[in-house]
Amino acid sequence: MFDKILIANRGEIACRVIKTARKMGIATVAIYSDADRNALHVQMADEAVHIGPSPAAQSYIVIDKVMDAIAKTGAQAVHPGYGFLSENPRFAAALEKAGVAFIGPPVGAIEAMGDKITSKKLAAEAGVSTVPGYMGLIADAEEAVTISRQIGYPVMIKASAGGGGKGMRIAWSDDEAREGFQSSKNEAAASFGDDRIFIEKFVTQPRHIEIQVLADAHGNAVYLHERECSIQRRNQKVIEEAPSPFLDAATRKAMGEQAVALARAVGYTSAGTVEFIVDGGRNFYFLEMNTRLQVEHPVTELITGIDLVEQMIRVAAGEKLPFKQADLKINGWAMESRLYAEDPYRGFLPSIGRLSRYRPPAEEATPTRAVRNDTGVTEGGEISMYYDPMIAKLCTWAPDRARAIEEMRLALDAFEVEGIGHNLPFLATVMDHPKFVAGEMTTAFINEEFPDGFDGAVLPEAALERIAAAAAAMNRVSEIRLARISGRMDNHERHVGEDWVVTLQGKAFPVRIGADKAGADVHIGGRVLRVTSDWVPGQPLARLTVGGAPLVLKVGKVPSGFRVRYRGADLKVHVRTPRAAELAALMPEKLPPDTSKFLLCPMPGLLVKLNVVAGDEVQEGQALCTVEAMKMENILRAERKGVVKAVKAAPGDSLAVDQVIVEFD
Amino acid sequence: MKDILGELEARRDAARAGGGQRRIEAQHAKGKLTARERLELLLDEGSFEEFDMFVAHRCTDFGMQQDRPAGDGVVTGWGTVNGRMVYVFSQDFTVFGGSLSETHAQKICKIMDLAVQNGAPVIGINDSGGARIQEGVASLAGYAEVFQRNIMASGVVPQISLIMGPCAGGAVYSPAMTDFIFMVKDTSYMFVTGPDVVKTVTNEVVTAEELGGASTHTRKSSVADGAFDNDVEALAEARRLIDLLPLNNRDKAPVRPFFDDVAREEPSLDTLIPDNAHTPYDMKELILKLADEGDFFEIQADFARNIVTGFIRLEGSTVGVVANQPMVLAGCLDIDSSRKAARFVRFCDAFEIPILTLVDVPGFLPGTSQEYGGVIKHGAKLLFAYGEATVPKVTVITRKAYGGAYDVMSSKHLRGDFNYAWPTAEIAVMGAKGATEILYRSELGDPQKIAARTGDYEARFANPFVAAERGFIDEVITPRSTRRRICRAFASLRTKKQANPWKKHNNIPL
Repeated sequence: MFDKILIANRGEIACRVIKTARKMGIATVAIYSDADRNALHVQMADEAVHIGPSPAAQSYIVIDKVMDAIAKTGAQAVHPGYGFLSENPRFAAALEKAGVAFIGPPVGAIEAMGDKITSKKLAAEAGVSTVPGYMGLIADAEEAVTISRQIGYPVMIKASAGGGGKGMRIAWSDDEAREGFQSSKNEAAASFGDDRIFIEKFVTQPRHIEIQVLADAHGNAVYLHERECSIQRRNQKVIEEAPSPFLDAATRKAMGEQAVALARAVGYTSAGTVEFIVDGGRNFYFLEMNTRLQVEHPVTELITGIDLVEQMIRVAAGEKLPFKQADLKINGWAMESRLYAEDPYRGFLPSIGRLSRYRPPAEEATPTRAVRNDTGVTEGGEISMYYDPMIAKLCTWAPDRARAIEEMRLALDAFEVEGIGHNLPFLATVMDHPKFVAGEMTTAFINEEFPDGFDGAVLPEAALERIAAAAAAMNRVSEIRLARISGRMDNHERHVGEDWVVTLQGKAFPVRIGADKAGADVHIGGRVLRVTSDWVPGQPLARLTVGGAPLVLKVGKVPSGFRVRYRGADLKVHVRTPRAAELAALMPEKLPPDTSKFLLCPMPGLLVKLNVVAGDEVQEGQALCTVEAMKMENILRAERKGVVKAVKAAPGDSLAVDQVIVEFD
Repeated sequence: MKDILGELEARRDAARAGGGQRRIEAQHAKGKLTARERLELLLDEGSFEEFDMFVAHRCTDFGMQQDRPAGDGVVTGWGTVNGRMVYVFSQDFTVFGGSLSETHAQKICKIMDLAVQNGAPVIGINDSGGARIQEGVASLAGYAEVFQRNIMASGVVPQISLIMGPCAGGAVYSPAMTDFIFMVKDTSYMFVTGPDVVKTVTNEVVTAEELGGASTHTRKSSVADGAFDNDVEALAEARRLIDLLPLNNRDKAPVRPFFDDVAREEPSLDTLIPDNAHTPYDMKELILKLADEGDFFEIQADFARNIVTGFIRLEGSTVGVVANQPMVLAGCLDIDSSRKAARFVRFCDAFEIPILTLVDVPGFLPGTSQEYGGVIKHGAKLLFAYGEATVPKVTVITRKAYGGAYDVMSSKHLRGDFNYAWPTAEIAVMGAKGATEILYRSELGDPQKIAARTGDYEARFANPFVAAERGFIDEVITPRSTRRRICRAFASLRTKKQANPWKKHNNIPL
């Protein structure tokens, strides 16, 4: 076994690998860029080597720099994590040359699976089900029609060099195939300078389900069942689970065996993932193989009890897998939510800044439940613009899916993140979505269920009532404290009453509250909810029991009440005396100012290009300017037709959120 | 007897009806509450004791004798806020547009006299069309009587003004002399001369909102200390502020049960100061992490944002905070921020509220607009205010404390009681670059030499230890332990007694 390994990565995955290495008694070396000087992975590792400026292209993915760090520290093996150099055959080759073990598959396997077309061919040869399609060159539209008919409609016409939906068409008939072929070809030529086109079966009701495989250098290969990753936004996975609620035992076995067959065919060792697309009829087709540890590997670990990183290290050290396929059972259900520094209320735009508060729920593992949080950040840390916006992977486990979801809801409720925009409310909203709860999702779930983006969840009446009862009880504690200030008129103290009106989400709940030492009985909506909690004023997280069930609220202060964040909702909850509530109801609703006459900067960033000047007439959708943030160039477009009245910023300006860039007439 | 009691109730009902149902509805339609409704929200339920409910005006001109409503357009009395006594007046716009008559003024004066005599704050709710024109000079005299009492009460009891409707002409000067002014967005405005007069005299066309709305006075003029969305919110926040203030200048700041750990450590503060000295950070994060329960009542949040002022509690007891804000203009001192902070420091000193100063100041803002505007005298106000203050003063330097601005920000030399610095502090005459360019002027042509000199200067002076060696800094503390340190510092100062030499009053550079 190795004495020391280097982790050629950062963030949560570096921390994740360090944990296992430490458990195995292996010393660890971290590498870090300027931006990561104070990062958690640097603090956790036994040694840390600075490898250059913040951009990954000048640090984490510079092979020479990583090789220098290895030489300097004498690390015997390297775990690449995911991303960066993890699937770079040149890196694996450089390690091989230097006599350093690569904790991953052989170079040949990386190369073979790295190319879309080659990998598909190899898969087909290994007996893996692939999407029916035609790989060869297609001469003209008529040939495209013939091929489409052979495959069977609907078909997808795709540019070989394509990506991001460009040069891609779906055809349901001969006419559409003819037309689609021509337009794909034109678009491909224009976009990629490569007009080769191929046609394949278009999979309806697609689900993304992948098989985890593990192989050693002694000819043993097993599959550790599947993960379902259908909840994606723009091909970025958001929520994953294991097992899939959709697979039956036979399909699982067939997929697993095919995945192992492919691994064997390419001489695979270490952990790898074979991704499939599965249609509504449980037909599955090979997509690609990822020759690395996947981001979402923890859900597999939770249902199999196997530490994948440990097995990767052991395999790299030449050990044999300690289990056989028959030993690998599915135990319970695991969920993973990816916490992204992306603001769901602003179209999921990346958000950067200082984590002024970061308190994940406590990790724990018991026979009936588990909470695990893989993270690479700490409170007071900085989310920089240089790297992936994922800051944590929150996983829960329970004996069944419904309970795993409920654990996830509670864990998300208790997760405190302040200082940056993040997707916690969105994750919580998905956990409450009936289709998700029923396990009926496809990869189009987010597009179909949130077509206009995300604007916060609307809570059902029952939830509102529970929050109202909790708020009434918390308010009582607050008001009694207020009434105990020094300097009171003796014998004329304020009496805190029993009757209150709680308003939230546009609804008013009259309540009567009777309290004793242990808690409060809140009379609400014709019933009594018992509220107990150790909450005291100022605590940002309230753990309550309301009517016998747990309720976890993020609590802030607003005049005459609380800001409550719960599930996907962000609410102002007012608690007032009946008279005050009556008067408050007279107050006019104040609408936020009309900003339609302005183009506001949606995120902090640098204005790199401005395409308009005062007096220009712009059309709906026209690009107005480009703002660079988080190494992304974001093009801001006109929401409607109009005339530019004034330009309020210049290229090179650093812009704040909501800063006016262009004013319209 | 029953009839007599009935008569009393009938008269009370008439007085409570103010200007009548129609005008009350008009008031509501404008999004405003009535004078009595406002008092209901301001005071503890059932605690209001009214004075002069039956006072009526004595004007006989213009047929005024025909209309003599009980109360004369203002409701006055006292009540409690969380059990603590306050005196209140609330102008009733439904009666003669809340206009101020001789008797209306007398009612206000009566409760102000009682407030000073009994040592309790005065809360005034302003919603008045102005002078009662029919009464002419008697109305003007009434204003002046109120002004004189504002002046006499200043520094004796806290005075808070809530502007909840029009407040124009001479009427503005009473709130102007109170300690805090809060406005309601869209339904209140203050100006000396209204838009019509402005148009006639200067041809300038401006709306009442632009001329004297909440936004104008909280952002541009600094006349108001805060603005709220509506009456209900403004009154709730007024209660919150009253809870922070002592009842009078002989009283200590109030103490409230608190639910926070005095020794709470905040490891995240160790990374608050960015690696790069030119990168700003949000000083408010520090304030919130030091305060009991993260509770901060900010004063003048939208004006001169390069300095932050407001109240927190430490161990349940009120502390005034003055903090440079690196996020805005690098946290420099200028005319506006000096004025804002000076007034706040003087309020705290007048009412025995200890002051916490958080320093990250690169110096005074240079330039002609500042010099022409008199930054010398305005900056001196803050210096003066700190120097004369005898309340407990605790200072924490987080990063820069350069030049004269270092002296100003509650330095040891201005009788600072505890002057702490974080290890990231740089206490120096100026930044390293500026200093070396002056000290080594002859080497300016050689960038390498200058860079080396700058490096040397940084190593020698860009730290808290030079100052600590001289005792100007009492202790260099870890950021994470700051709450515990300042709590203990203030605790040790609870018995502080300090007096300035006898004088009629000082001559602060106004």
